[in-house]
Amino acid sequence: MSNTISLIFIIIGVIFDLFGCIGLIRLPDVYNRLQSATKSVTLGTCSILFGLFIKYGFTATGIKALIAIPLLFFVSTVAAHALVRGSYIFGTKLWDKTIIDDYKDVQK
Amino acid sequence: MIINLLLYILIGMSFLCFFRVVFGPSIADRMVAIDIFGILVVGICVILAIKTGRLFLIDIAIAWIIFGFIGTLTLAKYLTGKKLDE
Repeated sequence: MSNTISLIFIIIGVIFDLFGCIGLIRLPDVYNRLQSATKSVTLGTCSILFGLFIKYGFTATGIKALIAIPLLFFVSTVAAHALVRGSYIFGTKLWDKTIIDDYKDVQK
Repeated sequence: MIINLLLYILIGMSFLCFFRVVFGPSIADRMVAIDIFGILVVGICVILAIKTGRLFLIDIAIAWIIFGFIGTLTLAKYLTGKKLDE
């Protein structure tokens, strides 16, 4: 029973990873790519780790997987925010169909 | 076996990330692709641990999360043009 539930969580995680990587290839701009890829891939990998926790329960391996979930969640979000701020300051151009740019007013 | 299929899907996604590393138009695209590749490798390690039963791969996954974070943060600081102790 627990094997089936963990396999369902792992399949959901791999599907989220698939959509995130398709967004990384298909979208036109570095900001769009990062917005698609970081959210989907982080959620998918957290779901894979949760599937491992369900399979092994409260053993040493399961608790390690349970600790890795909030670590991955916060670390990936902070890294993506620093990366998008750095690439804006570096001067990477927005997509030419972008209609609003609020961060330009904040920097002045 | 369905877990083999999931492993092959994740390895194919890693090659898509390498496509973005090679052909990315700007520096930031390549850094995003390397960041996403690091998170995908964590998923590959976890599925390999379930498939083969070698549970030390979870420790490798946790270490990979931390080192990927340090690398991405250093590269982002480099893009802003400041020194590292600022």
